[in-house]
Amino acid sequence: MKAARFDYERPANLDAALALLGNEGAFAKVLAGGQSLGPMLNLRLVRPDLLVDVRRIPELTQAATHDGALILGAATTHAAIEDGRVPDATRGMMAAVASGIAYRPVRNRGTIGGSLAHADPAADWPTCLAALGAEALIAGARGQRAVPMREFLASAFETSLRADEILEAVRVPVLSARARWGFYKVCRKTGEFAQGIAAVVDDPERAGARVAVGATGSAPIIIEDAGALLRRPFDAGAAARLLRERGLGGDEIDMQIHVAALKRAILRLH
Amino acid sequence: MSAKPIAMSINGRKVEAAVEPRLSLADYLREHLLLTGTHLGCEHGVCGACTIMIDGAPARSCIALAVACDGAEIRTIEGFDDDPAMAELRLAFGECHGLQCGYCTPAMLIVARDIVLRLPEADEARIRVELSGNLCRCTGYVGIVKAIRQVLDKRRG
Ligand SMILES: Cc1cc2nc3c(=O)[nH]c(=O)nc-3n(C[C@H](O)[C@H](O)[C@H](O)COP(=O)(O)OP(=O)(O)OC[C@H]3O[C@@H](n4cnc5c(N)ncnc54)[C@H](O)[C@@H]3O)c2cc1C
Ligand code: FES
Ligand code: FES
Repeated sequence: MKAARFDYERPANLDAALALLGNEGAFAKVLAGGQSLGPMLNLRLVRPDLLVDVRRIPELTQAATHDGALILGAATTHAAIEDGRVPDATRGMMAAVASGIAYRPVRNRGTIGGSLAHADPAADWPTCLAALGAEALIAGARGQRAVPMREFLASAFETSLRADEILEAVRVPVLSARARWGFYKVCRKTGEFAQGIAAVVDDPERAGARVAVGATGSAPIIIEDAGALLRRPFDAGAAARLLRERGLGGDEIDMQIHVAALKRAILRLH
Repeated sequence: MSAKPIAMSINGRKVEAAVEPRLSLADYLREHLLLTGTHLGCEHGVCGACTIMIDGAPARSCIALAVACDGAEIRTIEGFDDDPAMAELRLAFGECHGLQCGYCTPAMLIVARDIVLRLPEADEARIRVELSGNLCRCTGYVGIVKAIRQVLDKRRG
């Protein structure tokens, strides 16, 4: 199918983009890589009046380490992260996660910010960044605010971004040399959206072990102080009880898939 | 919704036009420029049939807007006549039965070339992973994978 009519602007900078979004009376949507919005426009699941293309805005393409954290512009593509064309703060975790998202032609266009703003519960970045303790840096007419993933990811396709705000960057704490990570995504076909995801980050010099379980149908489940879960041998019963307690819905099979993803992520800690 | 001016390079040729913002790059190439080697299947990013090169990297043309590709360098299957890797792949696809109906073939060749140039050490498992975003309803992939392996093996010497 083809998209319905809309208008298109490509502002040169963040302020101009925010001004376009702040225009009352027109339903404007941000366009980044178009790898989620493109299909939605073609299927006419969304019918904006105006697309504001942010892919080339300088603030959104930055990538630098400051004060123990990597600031990664929202318009950084999955492929740039996969290839190590941006600095690595996570001992290879983000590059590995990026390489498992969709297919190379999609990764060449799709962005980390677009993925977070879209907040598909089955997407990879929300779960990965939640485990890493990342923050969303959000630009609005009244300045910038930093929002931790736990708050940013509200529910399925729901974030704390307001319609007149732009996700400018993500802030990812640099892992220490002693940190270990594990990630596992259950999907039937290579590159598909996940049926279950687990991300584990264990950094003894920072917050300790943090676990995020995704593809829950809603926001990822984030477990702080997750040291007990990491003990060997893995206790599947205890993990299932914990996930149920934290609100994981679905039937026995869904539970089995999420517990398996968690077990495999923990076994892959390195 | 007024038409927007765009200028891009397509297969090395400068092109200027005014397009409706909703026009996909695929439709611009096929309907306006009659470059019908780029095929359309699903039109939502899944099947891979529309894959072309945007600024030197493979991308889906069905979910790229022509207007957003203003200033870009586009290369479609019609633009590879003199490309050495593509010449090797064309031959190998023929020899190894890498195509039947040919619907998926232009995009398969573009992705195959990306594998050959970006991942010169790729083994069969890696080739299959890299091909997972391009669907073929005919061949069962065996001939396609064999063709890519043949080119990689020859290049490795
Ligand atoms: C075939 C296929 C398979 C896929 N498989 C996977 C997968 O396995 N795992 C996975 O995680 N993803 C997958 N994806 C989705 C892909 O990762 C997208 O790249 C990503 O979801 C959206 O990023 P984008 O830059 O393309 O955003 P767009 O499509 O441009 O935008 C998506 C949404 O976010 C908003 N938005 C974008 N950027 C910003 C910003 N900076 N500030 C505010 N709002 C913004 C847009 O308004 C829109 O609502 C797949 C996509 C396709 C087509
Ligand atoms: S037509 Fe573009 S991916 Fe199917
Ligand atoms: S040869 Fe017919 S779809 Fe691939």
